[in-house]
Amino acid sequence: MAYQQGYRASPKHRAPRGPAPTMGDPTQLFDDTSAGMPPQHPGGYPSQPGGYPQQGYDMGGFSADSIFTDPMANVAMAYGSSMANQGKDMVSKEIDRFVSINKLKYFFAVDTKYVMKKLALLMFPYTHQNWEVRYHRDSPMTPRHDVNAPDLYIPSMAFITYILLAGMALGIQKRFSPEVLGVCASTALVWMIIEVLALLLSLYLVTVHSELTAFDLLAYSGYKYVGMILTVASGLLFGSDGYYVALAWTSCALMFFIVRSLRMKILATASSEGVVSHNSKNRIRIYITVATAGFQPLMIYWLTFHLIR
Amino acid sequence: MAFTLYSLIQAAILCVNAVAVLHEERFLSKIGWGADHGIGGFGDEPGIKSQLMNLVRSVRTVMRVPLIIVNTVAIVLLLLFG
Repeated sequence: MAYQQGYRASPKHRAPRGPAPTMGDPTQLFDDTSAGMPPQHPGGYPSQPGGYPQQGYDMGGFSADSIFTDPMANVAMAYGSSMANQGKDMVSKEIDRFVSINKLKYFFAVDTKYVMKKLALLMFPYTHQNWEVRYHRDSPMTPRHDVNAPDLYIPSMAFITYILLAGMALGIQKRFSPEVLGVCASTALVWMIIEVLALLLSLYLVTVHSELTAFDLLAYSGYKYVGMILTVASGLLFGSDGYYVALAWTSCALMFFIVRSLRMKILATASSEGVVSHNSKNRIRIYITVATAGFQPLMIYWLTFHLIR
Repeated sequence: MAFTLYSLIQAAILCVNAVAVLHEERFLSKIGWGADHGIGGFGDEPGIKSQLMNLVRSVRTVMRVPLIIVNTVAIVLLLLFG
């Protein structure tokens, strides 16, 4: 490697490699003791054995800092930063092969106002008028600008909150142990994976050419965790009756929300106003939408009833 | 019902094995689910049955070799760790 060779050859000749070493700057600390005027161009280190001016790694005027005058630290820092850059590129390239990071970033572009509105919408969707996802020059708008867009922030936060709440509920009933948290988490995760896979399979079989990706479906099936949290919380506060009342309320709200959100995406619209046509092609899609919506209360009940006794 | 991720993997392996075991000419053609039945109409869109047959055939083609590897690994793990 160039650095090691240069090191053993001439420890007196220092050359900060890498990004733009500034030449002749006011933070030059020592007089130039190398023979002859140094050539003023960066790079080409093995071909220029004649000295370079000693200069610190110019970090905006840290002139008195002893670390940056040390040549070994200079080179090591430059080398380390270039290695870190290479490592970062490699890791991001490898991750990009499996999960598209840009698409994932779209789902996490939220802000507080969106989260508040979306939570209110999940619990009371009956007064919302316009359910279409707005587009901005052929790509869907981020959740920051459109309350109808699905996001993955609320489902992931709700999932974690649900696990914590389940642990607390079991602790109140003196049935807690640390393994319970792991079992609860993996059970909920497995059910979510099963649901997303079943939905993807059924959409493939019916050849729905919609823009619903796996992440969208993950987002829509993750919204039930909000309902689960409310149900468990009211079950803890108000006992068994509160649990069933909250279960009924969140089930209805969630079913309405899912049907209205997925209707636009799955069902084929025939006329220009977007009225859903009732031909045979749509019948199966209607069944799929209703089955998805009906599956949510089942899951809410299945994953929470053992927490309320 | 306590699910772990490992039980999900086991269920997935069993399901994919079941799909890969369906033999083309001995079984599927006999019940009218062969691949030659499905390539019929290139009409407006293929029906559910032809999509399903396509899916079965593609799973069989793609997963044949990885299934050998995954099944061997699963058998070894089950023998060692029960």
